Amino acid sequence: MADLHLPTTLTPLFPGLTRRVDVEAGTVLAAIDELEAQWPGLRDRLVEEGPALRRHIHVYVDRERAGLDTAIEPRSRVDVIAAISGG
Amino acid sequence: MARTLLLVGTRKGTFLLESDADRRDWELRGPYCEGWPVYHAIYDAGSGSIFAAAASEWHGSAVWRSRDLGETWTHSSEGLAYGDDAGRKVSKVSSLAVSPGGRLLVGAEAPGIFESRDDGETWSLLSTLAGQPGSEVWDDPANQPPGHLGISALMPDTDDAARFWTIVQGIGAFETADDGGTWTPRNRGLRRDWPSEWEEVGYCVHRLVRSPSDPQRMFQQNHVGMHRSDDGGHSWTEITDGLPSEFGFAAAVHPHDRDTFYVIPLDPGHGRVMHDGKVAVWQTRDAGSSWRPLRSGLPQEGAHLGVLRAAMTIDASDSPGLYFGTSTGQVFASADEGESWSEIASYLPAISSVEVAVLD
Repeated sequence: MADLHLPTTLTPLFPGLTRRVDVEAGTVLAAIDELEAQWPGLRDRLVEEGPALRRHIHVYVDRERAGLDTAIEPRSRVDVIAAISGG
Repeated sequence: MARTLLLVGTRKGTFLLESDADRRDWELRGPYCEGWPVYHAIYDAGSGSIFAAAASEWHGSAVWRSRDLGETWTHSSEGLAYGDDAGRKVSKVSSLAVSPGGRLLVGAEAPGIFESRDDGETWSLLSTLAGQPGSEVWDDPANQPPGHLGISALMPDTDDAARFWTIVQGIGAFETADDGGTWTPRNRGLRRDWPSEWEEVGYCVHRLVRSPSDPQRMFQQNHVGMHRSDDGGHSWTEITDGLPSEFGFAAAVHPHDRDTFYVIPLDPGHGRVMHDGKVAVWQTRDAGSSWRPLRSGLPQEGAHLGVLRAAMTIDASDSPGLYFGTSTGQVFASADEGESWSEIASYLPAISSVEVAVLD
């Protein structure tokens, strides 16, 4: 299971969602879709038309900047960051 | 006893101000919507719900809903998208309206109108005004800077759900009579001080309001001038003479008198704040032949306030209450048609919109 870390701006939007979630997925997009299955609407908060990561949502897999199709290993750490975008 | 509820959309969430029927003492609640930038918040009398069009820099656009006057909130963006292959994105939802019958409309940037027939649970695309003159310009992302609203306003007809008006920011006003199937530009007679490659569009309509007592009577605050229509928006006559400037954003129309109308003129330069640091709402009682400032109770020194296009409203009481919010977070209210004012909130985030509801 990969260890997924979510931003504080996301968790209040979905009852029961926690900052750390275990996911079993092969890519970043698959991990987000796994969350979507449990918290409908969550994908829209991270992914826009394209599909592409929203402009100020940054994802790191094992500390490397990642995209939606970046592979996730079973023991990966995935950080989803709400990057600074103004005051 | 009737209560009056003000819905205030701000740069950092929705706030509610509530008063009894006297509209003198106000209680502030909020912020709601997790502090997302809220472009427009409205009350739907049919469902008793509050809706707020919001767009987070991080998490995108959604319409928030509260069915219990702000106690609890949910949000949805299901269907609020043009699709992965459309070549255009929903970067913002900026204007809300309720059609007769209860259907919700929301306007977006890139310009498009979405509808919801299930109280905001899900949305579907109604129209992008595709093919209208100017659409190739507004579809260019280069013409969609961060502050741009796209569909900056939606104005439903009072009886016919298939008829409504919309403003495409920087392009002009359009009317549909067949629920977005076809559109007609409604900008004839407007002034513009810039070149345009189109005859019927290329106007900068800031705010469009319609008289509840005479549906043929409309007013608009334009980038260059105040204008009146006596034929349902088919043609416009400028009525700027007597105002301190031609520029402003906000406007409101008296609910019972077709000739009475309110605007907030601003300095047209980069500041876009009130003239000389003195706050005033300007009123006409003769359909724009003459204007007078309403200042009693409003700051008259060092008050360089701005008011955005959706940030003034009026209630439908016998003695209508008038309300406006500023881009520096003050809300001013009048319970006597603007004759006297009081500051009912002082330290809110920058205000995008103010709407009013009278609850029984």
